[in-house]
Amino acid sequence: MKPRHKRFAMIAAGLAALVIALGLVLNAFRSNLVFFFTPSQVAAEEAPLGRSFRIGGLVETGSVQRQADGVSVQFRVTDTARAIPVVYTGILPDLFREGKGVVAQGKLGPDGVFRAEQVLAKHDENYMPPEAADAVERAHKAMQESQKTLAQ
Amino acid sequence: MIPELGHFALIVALLIAVVQAALPLAGAARDNIAWMSVARPAAQAQFLFAAFAFACLAWSFVNNDFSVLNVASNSNSTLPWYYRLAATWGSHEGSLLLWVLMLTGWMCAVSLASRHLPLDMVARILGVMALISIGFLLFMLLTSNPFERLLPPAPDGRDLNPLLQDPGMVIHPPMLYMGYVGFSVAFAFAIAALLGGRLDSTWARWSRPWTTLAWMFLTIGIALGSWWAYYELGWGGWWFWDPVENASFMPWLTGTALMHSLSVTEKRGGFKAWTVLLAIVSFSLSLLGTSLVRSGVLTSVHAFATVPARGVFILGFLVVVVGASLALFAWRAPRVGLGGQFDAVSRESALLANNVLLIVAAASVLLGTLYPLFLDALGLGKISVGPPYFEAVFLPLMAPAVFLMGIGPLAKWKQERLPALAVRLKWAFAIALVTALLLPLTLGEWTPMIAFGLLLALWIVASGIVNLHERASQLSKAGVGPPLRALRRLPRGYYGMLLAHFGVAVFIVGVTLVRGYETEKDVRMLPGGSVEVGGYTFRLDGFESVTGPNYDGTRGLFTVLRGERVVRTMHPEKRLYHVQQMPMTEAAIDTGFTRDLYVSLGEPVDGGAWVVRVYHKPFVDWIWGGAFLMAMGGLLAVTDRRYRLARRAQAAGESGLRAGQAA
Repeated sequence: MKPRHKRFAMIAAGLAALVIALGLVLNAFRSNLVFFFTPSQVAAEEAPLGRSFRIGGLVETGSVQRQADGVSVQFRVTDTARAIPVVYTGILPDLFREGKGVVAQGKLGPDGVFRAEQVLAKHDENYMPPEAADAVERAHKAMQESQKTLAQ
Repeated sequence: MIPELGHFALIVALLIAVVQAALPLAGAARDNIAWMSVARPAAQAQFLFAAFAFACLAWSFVNNDFSVLNVASNSNSTLPWYYRLAATWGSHEGSLLLWVLMLTGWMCAVSLASRHLPLDMVARILGVMALISIGFLLFMLLTSNPFERLLPPAPDGRDLNPLLQDPGMVIHPPMLYMGYVGFSVAFAFAIAALLGGRLDSTWARWSRPWTTLAWMFLTIGIALGSWWAYYELGWGGWWFWDPVENASFMPWLTGTALMHSLSVTEKRGGFKAWTVLLAIVSFSLSLLGTSLVRSGVLTSVHAFATVPARGVFILGFLVVVVGASLALFAWRAPRVGLGGQFDAVSRESALLANNVLLIVAAASVLLGTLYPLFLDALGLGKISVGPPYFEAVFLPLMAPAVFLMGIGPLAKWKQERLPALAVRLKWAFAIALVTALLLPLTLGEWTPMIAFGLLLALWIVASGIVNLHERASQLSKAGVGPPLRALRRLPRGYYGMLLAHFGVAVFIVGVTLVRGYETEKDVRMLPGGSVEVGGYTFRLDGFESVTGPNYDGTRGLFTVLRGERVVRTMHPEKRLYHVQQMPMTEAAIDTGFTRDLYVSLGEPVDGGAWVVRVYHKPFVDWIWGGAFLMAMGGLLAVTDRRYRLARRAQAAGESGLRAGQAA
């Protein structure tokens, strides 16, 4: 091979490797995106079954129940309009409290119970997880809208 | 009074920075020696004023001056003095001041250690760094003044976030910032080379130790952060692919690529434009990381809107720095010229492949970090990209890079024959393979991932030994003496490389074994009860209450037994910090060479029982040990004789020249 051909072959091989690498990255990216849904959306059956997603909102006051084994917990996440039952096994974060913001990641079961693999509540007294704040805000807006339409 | 002095010192530092940017850069363009000579004293003066401002803020924190807003928001009189001192850089404003202090510190170091550099080069480097400094000082003075007063003064402070009240947090940010800001030196060298048109192997030799030093600090900073997350967050994980972590990891990846690319530029004069581009990218990612963490965008995109001035300023500064340097690059890089030719199989090509892999890895982290922010900012919905994505991407990218790590250092520059290389490495590979296949059988369950991880680690070690053996016997054939004596003649840069690569191997062993063999249990425990994890029995003897300087809490009393033998006692705590009324989990960890035992308290449940988390983590400390070895490898490389020799030779040449002129 002449040097020119050699260089061309090297550049082609490099580009091919880069394209493969980018393909892998984008594919991994697409299949690992975790979408966010509000409790109202989940109640309206907009969330997928069998795929991981996040829900956020407030821990409904009076809804937290420990099960007999002491490690499993049941609670409801609400955006003040609708509430979704959640079960979780493990230690809850320090700032998990009734009436406070929470985000849970997991899968929705066919029985409508959200099985959380992860529960997040950030480490700051005033902090509300952005997703949770967003969910509550959206529910408020939806309620105002519906009141408007009712008034009309 | 003291805070006003600090504020004033910052203003003076800004004025000096303006002079330091304007005169030397203009002087270098016009060949005016007097203007260029301003650079060094200006850099030193700027450092003094920044250090004075920092000392003023630290004084206010240590002496509980709650008439300073920053102190009132981030400190408290019950906080121990060392955490009050650390609180200086615990806030947004304070950490910016730390950034500026580091930047001027690096500047001052360059001005002191650059006697061997030509004056126009020094003038340009310090001028460019002063431009960066102007940006940060303006940002601080206009939008985030750390010395802002609070009238009337608060009776007491709102306290430092309890999470940050920890020895790890005292040193983690300074180390990380030393690394971030250290890349500004590599950046300034690159810009100076583009401006001056001098981009050759001498330039690479000057720039290399600075880059390695910055990389070393960044490595230590990231490792400390990971270690802190491990023992302080109470989750037992060591890396979460959290945006804050990613922000520091991206410049590390490109910085690693830069170090390797610089070696080609120094030894072969190749990869010049690429090296310059990497220096620009590494520093831009450092800036991006700082602004991501500091603008509050990560906690909420809307935080950007709550303090619009800050967000807009940071974004604007980022655009100016990145845009201007890339424009300069596009304009000047074509003149740089190509380096020496090399074959498809050669050390250059191995290093090129390493660079490409590292850059793709950095790009994939960037995608995973920024994409959710973009979607959110554009109102297209909220998504998150979790660890599965990063793990799926990293393994296939890093495995070939690690494989190349064994081959690259053995390959000849310019041209290498693959069959010859295979012959030299066949035993190393065979031994690594057999050991990796058999070793898991002695440790526990055999899985393909564990065997593969061990293979990568053993491959680095075995090929390193082959490399050392070859180098020593070559030298001894050249007449140095027996191979053992030849070992002492090998340069420190070479040992630094071997040590850093060995650190990667240690790191891989840690990651592989902790993922493969860790056991964790969340259980409900009553006093007197016990649980078995990883061959150890954890017995809960009872609880006692604790009172700290600024918190109360409960302490669990555990005894760890192996069979009948008592190994040790462990005391995890659950604390409630008074001021912020924030609960904190303080895990108890027994650190060992081959395993960590980890106990943390969850929460009390009915009947006096607690939910308790118990971990057995084999080889987890090798993760940070590996990172530490990498950093030490960097340090060893920086102290290589050739940098000192070059300096001495140059200094001798310069003084000779001066003597000649005088005569």
